[in-house]
Amino acid sequence: MSVVDIENLSFAYEKDLILENINLTVDEKDFLAIIGPNGGGKSTLLKLILGMLKPKKGSIKVLGKAASKNPSHIGYVPQNTNVNTDFPIKVIEVVLMGHVGTKNPLFGYGKDEIACAMGALAQVGMQDFSQSKIGSLSGGQRQRVMIARALCAHPQILILDEPTSSIDIKGQKEIYELLKLLNQSITIIVVSHDISVILEYATKAAHINKRLSYHDISDKKETFHTHNEGEHFCEVELLQMLGSEGCSTCDHDDHKEDTKWREAK
Amino acid sequence: MIEALSFEFIQHALIAGILVSFAAGIIGSLIVVNRMVFLAGGIAHASYGGIGLAVFFGFPIFLGASMFAVSSALLISSLTLRKRHRIDTFIGLIWAVGMAIGVIFIDLTPGYNVDMMSYLFGSILAVSTEDLYFMAALLAVILFVMTFWYRDILAVSYDSEYASLRGVNVRFFYTLILILAALTVVVSIKVVGLILVIAMLTIPVYIAEKLSHSLFSMMFLSGLIATLFTLVGLWFSYTYNLTSGASIILISAASLGAFLLFYKGK
Repeated sequence: MSVVDIENLSFAYEKDLILENINLTVDEKDFLAIIGPNGGGKSTLLKLILGMLKPKKGSIKVLGKAASKNPSHIGYVPQNTNVNTDFPIKVIEVVLMGHVGTKNPLFGYGKDEIACAMGALAQVGMQDFSQSKIGSLSGGQRQRVMIARALCAHPQILILDEPTSSIDIKGQKEIYELLKLLNQSITIIVVSHDISVILEYATKAAHINKRLSYHDISDKKETFHTHNEGEHFCEVELLQMLGSEGCSTCDHDDHKEDTKWREAK
Repeated sequence: MIEALSFEFIQHALIAGILVSFAAGIIGSLIVVNRMVFLAGGIAHASYGGIGLAVFFGFPIFLGASMFAVSSALLISSLTLRKRHRIDTFIGLIWAVGMAIGVIFIDLTPGYNVDMMSYLFGSILAVSTEDLYFMAALLAVILFVMTFWYRDILAVSYDSEYASLRGVNVRFFYTLILILAALTVVVSIKVVGLILVIAMLTIPVYIAEKLSHSLFSMMFLSGLIATLFTLVGLWFSYTYNLTSGASIILISAASLGAFLLFYKGK
């Protein structure tokens, strides 16, 4: 069953087209990686799926309905969770934000809400930190809390924007292991720059640079091998693989140098 | 010192100091965590225009200053939501134009020679009973708003994008915080004056932020610390016959310095 259906979608902020004629279907329990250059439209596509932006052309359906603001069935983990770390807020309060907008008691937080938030924290292994100040956590721990906040609404789809951009290698691996676990019951869409790590966990990949090209990489274990014990795919092989499959956006004019480089190899 | 407490104007000064300190502690916390300090400074100075208008047309000063401050808050709020990248320019404009309007209207007022310095630097020893009612009413409104909308205001302050995604009306709460900030600035004029108010909104908050784990405790602690500074400042100004507003600010600043030394050494 498909959870996200995007048909002939185009989007422009003002005159310049950011996304052009995008077609994408995300199936239930997919682990989709969205990759592509800076300014290629990755975050814009996420915002369209979240309903924060309206498409200029085409349609987006999330779980059979038009994408709208306030989607309770989508969990969202925004980029840059390392800003505003001076803010005096406890971990549990951050997670409870996932509930804002649903029916609230007049004063404070309901018992069931707190139980739910604690449950979400337990899911990401952060239950012992519920009373800590958010600024006292490490980048990886903070990212887990943000995932817990998204899980607090019991989403069917979890969307993450560059979840590991400012976390050390060990923390990154832990985050992706966590996502793999969550993927057993939730559809996951991740935007990332970190091609080698993301492709290790993702089952589908979409390359976006104004246009989209789609790859099913669920059989990647057979397609290529990892060097040494770090289970880290070689970026060169990955780029060659993605390029050789006739990726239409990669043959675009502004990528000529890229192509030349590949031919030279 | 004790016999001074029997004077009505001293009693008024103490009550006003406590009421305004708590309002400033709560609203100052919101201003600091939302990075609105410069906005609050702009609103504070612009409210001088309201004082000028009130003097010229002969209506109560608090009313004139409140209306002018709230209008500037609304103007800044709508500009911020539309032209965020130029907001510092607009704040600077509102800051200076408001003060200029005040100066011109006071010039135009025939025979007016009340010391305008008291509005710029505070006159806590001249607090009337009506002033106290106004301050108490504002504190009540602030407490009401914070009680009923604490979690929404917390969400908007911490992560406005996420709050908006969860259905919180970010625009409404942003404007509400600015309006409350404007009104707090107006009542603080009596205590420390509109030029010094920014220190009262930030120094206690800065100390409280370091010691707090939640926004609620930060607000409460800021209120307590602001009250302490105000009372010590008042005592200092009474004992050495110095201007009260400036005394309060310098006591606050000296305490902040001592706190930072102690806090770093820990």
